[in-house]
Amino acid sequence: MMRSLLMPVRLLVDFVAGVGQGALFFLRLCLLGLASLRRPRLVVDQMHFIGNYSLSIIMVSGLLVGFILGLQGYYTLRQFGSEETVGLVVTLSLVRELGPIVTALLFAGRAGTSLTAEIGLMKAGEQLDAMEMMAVDPVERVLAPRFLAAVLSMPLLAALFSALGVLGGYLVGVELIGVDAGSFWSQMQAGVDWFDDVGNGAIKSVVFGFTVAFVALYVGYRAQPTPEGVARATTTTVVASSLAVLALDFVLTALMFGAY
Amino acid sequence: MPARRPETAAARAVSARAFKLPGLSVRAEVPPFPPYVLDYTLDSSDLDRDLLVLDHVRFGYRERKVLEDVSLRFGRGRIVALIGGSGSGKTTILRLIGGKLRPQHGRVVFDGQDVHRLDSTGLYALRRRIGMLYQFGALFTDLNVFENVAFPIREHTDLPSPLVRDLVLMKLEAVGLRGASRLRTSQLSGGMARRVALARAIALDPQLVMYDEPFTGLDPVSLATVSNLIRRLTDTLGCTSILVSHDIDKSFAIADYVYLLAGGRIAAQGTPAQMRASDDPNVRQFLDGGVDGPIAFHYQARPIAEDLGVPR
Repeated sequence: MMRSLLMPVRLLVDFVAGVGQGALFFLRLCLLGLASLRRPRLVVDQMHFIGNYSLSIIMVSGLLVGFILGLQGYYTLRQFGSEETVGLVVTLSLVRELGPIVTALLFAGRAGTSLTAEIGLMKAGEQLDAMEMMAVDPVERVLAPRFLAAVLSMPLLAALFSALGVLGGYLVGVELIGVDAGSFWSQMQAGVDWFDDVGNGAIKSVVFGFTVAFVALYVGYRAQPTPEGVARATTTTVVASSLAVLALDFVLTALMFGAY
Repeated sequence: MPARRPETAAARAVSARAFKLPGLSVRAEVPPFPPYVLDYTLDSSDLDRDLLVLDHVRFGYRERKVLEDVSLRFGRGRIVALIGGSGSGKTTILRLIGGKLRPQHGRVVFDGQDVHRLDSTGLYALRRRIGMLYQFGALFTDLNVFENVAFPIREHTDLPSPLVRDLVLMKLEAVGLRGASRLRTSQLSGGMARRVALARAIALDPQLVMYDEPFTGLDPVSLATVSNLIRRLTDTLGCTSILVSHDIDKSFAIADYVYLLAGGRIAAQGTPAQMRASDDPNVRQFLDGGVDGPIAFHYQARPIAEDLGVPR
């Protein structure tokens, strides 16, 4: 009886403790991530691994999203006779929302899962344990450089995604459908603000970088060191980081573009 | 003067240099192991004499007691084998020594220092003096053989890379795998992986090397190689070795002293010869592989009639 009454309290305590642990781990990753700049070689290796291998999927997706936006934008805008603003529509959608968001989702699927699985398997193979016994902190040596590399890679990948998207919109809108190239670019130039649109989009992608990198590494580090545990952790990374990115995007959009 | 076990730092450095000699096999004369009794009180002379002492250590997880009251002594330059059935707490002892677990009672004293009173800096400094060989090697999968052995050297010293290279090649030579230095860890067989891990464990010339089930899953040739290596490295490095195993023949062949763990306590102890001659029921059951005896085959359970719901 007493036990069932205390159940909610227990759950609450566990929840608060879990949040606290996560927050402390996040702070530790941030501090050690900065410290790992002293060994840039480790970070560069990881950026190569995490960033470079995500390049192809990000670039192809960016181009395709640009195609789709160009086409849909044209169909809709034609109804109001303003099809020359298609460049503006494509660009704003990309830099404000789709660039950071889709990059983060793809990044979670491509790089996040591999980070989680790698850390989880290192744990399962007693590698992290062995490192600790060698008096080397695995969070500092293994996790922190990966964290920094992921955080740095995300805005770069998002920028690339948006750039390829604009190119895709141009190819479909101007080259394929025949919208006037001059108005395509000049509308874009006039309507997109460096700070309000591009800047805010960049801030978003940095926030998403922290989110995905943290979730992937935390989940991998806390994974049960068994094959099922690592499999479950990999799934958790995709689900949790995607939901977190979408929820955060809603909050950020409300804060950034509330005045419009 | 007969070949003496190197005790001092200078002697250790000399032995490390001697390491370059291929096929070096010095079997130093081992002074007779003093007949320790289980229940002793530590005085300072014990701490000076032994590299590592476990003093009435108790440890358990919530409901399950793993170690009830265990006192162990590991003399300098000796190979001490910990034998016992699966789940008898052998690996737990290694984790207690490395400071990964904290005993509920008692203390672990390494070279005069209480391991569990050290802060994290002190603990890390202590771990630099300990090498550990994991059951399956635990090699870093993202690094090749060379980088795995170089890892502790690079992390803990600022040696220039030509020197690191020489050191790593020396360590690999000691385990007979200098030619494999460029291989990826996925290209190694189980025995080779264990030897690379051994080279990594001794990379910083540790004072204590802990071997967690080094013989499991090896073919007879690799097994003989690994067990010879353990003896040879212990003698040439002058380090102390803890050998956790349930391979009686192999561990008795190279160990100076043996502790048999059962039921969270030391069930028996002695030199391999004493253990073989013992008529202690624990020892006999373990050595002869008997199913019946003081070491229970069944995990603690209700009577089977009760579980199956039939009248007795």
